[in-house]
Amino acid sequence: MTSTVSSSDPGQAARSERSGGPILEVEDLTVSFPTQDGPVSAVQGLSYSVEMGKTLGIVGESGSGKSVSSMAVLGLHDAKSSTITGSIRVDGTEVVGLSEARMRKLRGNTVSMIFQDALAALHPFYKIGAQLAEAYQVHHPSASDRDARRKAIEMLDRVGIPQPDRRVDDFPHQFSGGMRQRAMIAMGLINDPSLLIADEPTTALDVTVQAQILDLLQDLQREFNSAVIIITHDLGVIAEMADDVLVMYAGRCVEYGTTKEILTHPEMPYTWGLLSSIPDVQASTDARLIPIPGNPPSLLSPPSGCSFHPRCSFTDKVPGNLCSEKLPALTPAASRVEHLKRCHLANPDAIYQAEVLPEIAPELVEENR
Amino acid sequence: MTNDPNVEAQIEPTEVGANSAETGERDLSADGVEEPHDFYADHEVQIASDYEGHVASRLDPNAEPVLEVEDLKMYFPVKSSGLIRRTIGHVQAVDGVSFQVPRGGSLGLVGESGCGKSTTGRLITRLYEPTGGSMMFEGRDLAKVSQREMKPYRRELQMIFQDPYTSLNPRHTVGSIVGAPLAVHNIVPKNKILGRVQELLEVVGLNPEHYNRYPNEFSGGQRQRIGIARALTLNPKLLVADEPVSALDVSIQAQVVNLLQDLQKEFDIAFLFIAHDLAIVRHFCPEVAVMYLGKIVEIADRETLYGRPHHPYTQALISAVPDVKQAAIGGRRERIRLEGDVPSPINPPSGCRFRTRCSYAQEICAKVEPPLLQIGKRHKVACHFAGELGAHPATPVTTELLGVDDQGNATGTTSPTPVTTGPGYENEWFDLKTKQLTSA
Repeated sequence: MTSTVSSSDPGQAARSERSGGPILEVEDLTVSFPTQDGPVSAVQGLSYSVEMGKTLGIVGESGSGKSVSSMAVLGLHDAKSSTITGSIRVDGTEVVGLSEARMRKLRGNTVSMIFQDALAALHPFYKIGAQLAEAYQVHHPSASDRDARRKAIEMLDRVGIPQPDRRVDDFPHQFSGGMRQRAMIAMGLINDPSLLIADEPTTALDVTVQAQILDLLQDLQREFNSAVIIITHDLGVIAEMADDVLVMYAGRCVEYGTTKEILTHPEMPYTWGLLSSIPDVQASTDARLIPIPGNPPSLLSPPSGCSFHPRCSFTDKVPGNLCSEKLPALTPAASRVEHLKRCHLANPDAIYQAEVLPEIAPELVEENR
Repeated sequence: MTNDPNVEAQIEPTEVGANSAETGERDLSADGVEEPHDFYADHEVQIASDYEGHVASRLDPNAEPVLEVEDLKMYFPVKSSGLIRRTIGHVQAVDGVSFQVPRGGSLGLVGESGCGKSTTGRLITRLYEPTGGSMMFEGRDLAKVSQREMKPYRRELQMIFQDPYTSLNPRHTVGSIVGAPLAVHNIVPKNKILGRVQELLEVVGLNPEHYNRYPNEFSGGQRQRIGIARALTLNPKLLVADEPVSALDVSIQAQVVNLLQDLQKEFDIAFLFIAHDLAIVRHFCPEVAVMYLGKIVEIADRETLYGRPHHPYTQALISAVPDVKQAAIGGRRERIRLEGDVPSPINPPSGCRFRTRCSYAQEICAKVEPPLLQIGKRHKVACHFAGELGAHPATPVTTELLGVDDQGNATGTTSPTPVTTGPGYENEWFDLKTKQLTSA
């Protein structure tokens, strides 16, 4: 599919062949950057997969490696200043070590990305339509300028921009924040990609616009049956959008499972911390807001053992100094197989239900009884 | 708690004097020279409570207002291009806003970007000069005073900014940033500034030994604490917090919100809390005002505003907030989709400004602007069809008050009743069911 690019959609053919299997498989991915102060391991031993039509949410704080790992999928790291090991297979193609020329064929075609800051990601000197048309023509060299423009207008219409035949000639600064993000989404989807990576797609937007964009992403996903990775620090967005959740902390996956499972039976104290440090718009006002103490660790000198242990309030429930000495493996949660967690605690679910939940959501405890 | 350098900033406050209850009073003595050293020493802010967490702030219904804003307006001129730059219009950023901030309490101001909430905050701190209206603070109208006369009030009225990366001068040490207000206002002899700065750093949970470091050596959350320490330096009575946590990581947001709650309790500071995050505002503010295109469309106590909002815009805003706990147990709330974008404040829609995006809008909405009507003990709303979600009335509720018919044309038979638009709440209010003035 990378040798010849015709105007017919190569992604479409590949998709029908491979329906059912995961479109993206990441295995034991490690990304590190050499710096003057020593190597920074931004991502370590990360594995996940995404199937067609599914949404994976990656959640974590800044510096947890969530963006770095997905940029590796697109091959956006400079080979000279980064070391990538492990395996990333997009639609069966190994991406790690792929030549730039072949990578370029993949990028924007099979995999595309929506960036957080649409104003910075769109070129201020070129018209929206020209930027959209370029993205189309790069992967459809036989398409005429007129075809590309028609396609651009069609995509703008698809993402809900009013009067797309006129707005196609606007410059990015003439669009509002929400419209720019829509234009970014249109650009990401113009080649009908199998995998769409959305890096904080709504962080810079107002709640009402955020709701519009999330609805749009869901509608488009249903329509195109593409796989979506949504990277965010907002558990609310995850809760509404994602089928599966991957919680990252200090470059590692610390919890992985279905969204419902992770949000109702989290087994890693960092996830508990995330859940208890966000107020809820509907919850009882007796619910406590419990922050995670301290700051995220520096990846130059990550803590020994479990990287969360300096901020964890449950280390005393683990025998000895296990937390600070030994990195816990990513193991299946007690009762459920499709739920992985990286924690030494023996009975985390019991601790969560007994100690954490009553503080952060007293009304849910009542319901459970 | 631990020896890890990453949590170094979370030092427990050392025993700096007994935490006696009777010292809660601020002593800005008449001559202006206070004893600041004792002031902070007598307060032991519970930084340790970072680990405990806080419940939402409670409303004190009897608190006296510390700030009364009435009919505040800010129009920014729009100039034509070319040689002679004539004024060709005005951006009506804030257009007739009235509210109260109770002493030691907090009022939340929410709305979409461009609704004028930040401008309101900047007007109160007089970073802008208001076009009209009044802002009563300590018996003086801050809207009328000159910049020179404003200086003493700046001690009592401070601001916390949104972006901790741009609001601190990168070439100044933390000591000089936090100490600058002391030097400007000449309150403390020069040789005592450092001691005061260190106390402040301790109050906000930073290591006092770090006074000679530069902002770039701190993380985002720590920088925001520096900004808070700077705002606290002069013992303000009112803090305008403009999106104080939106630039921070989720886990750090909660730390800063808890710190602000501690400081509020300890020093009896009133907050005007401006944010777009409705959940954070709900936690911090017992009273919340919703702004749209420069006007307050609904203002109420927390339970009313979030539980049974009466304005279609508030309802849409609240329904748009993703709800983690709801989604976790499977149910996704029905969202009210707002179409389109906020109209331009240069040329706002006639009548009700929300009508262009409102699904309940009728003819009257384009003709008559709905007044901000008090419809409950602590509840005001500006809508002709005010009602709970799904129970909006079919005919406008305001016709009799305004002397118009259902289409918004003046009837001439009933004379308009004057509608109070004062900053506070009245004892009598307009009951939506009976359409009569009632009281509790």
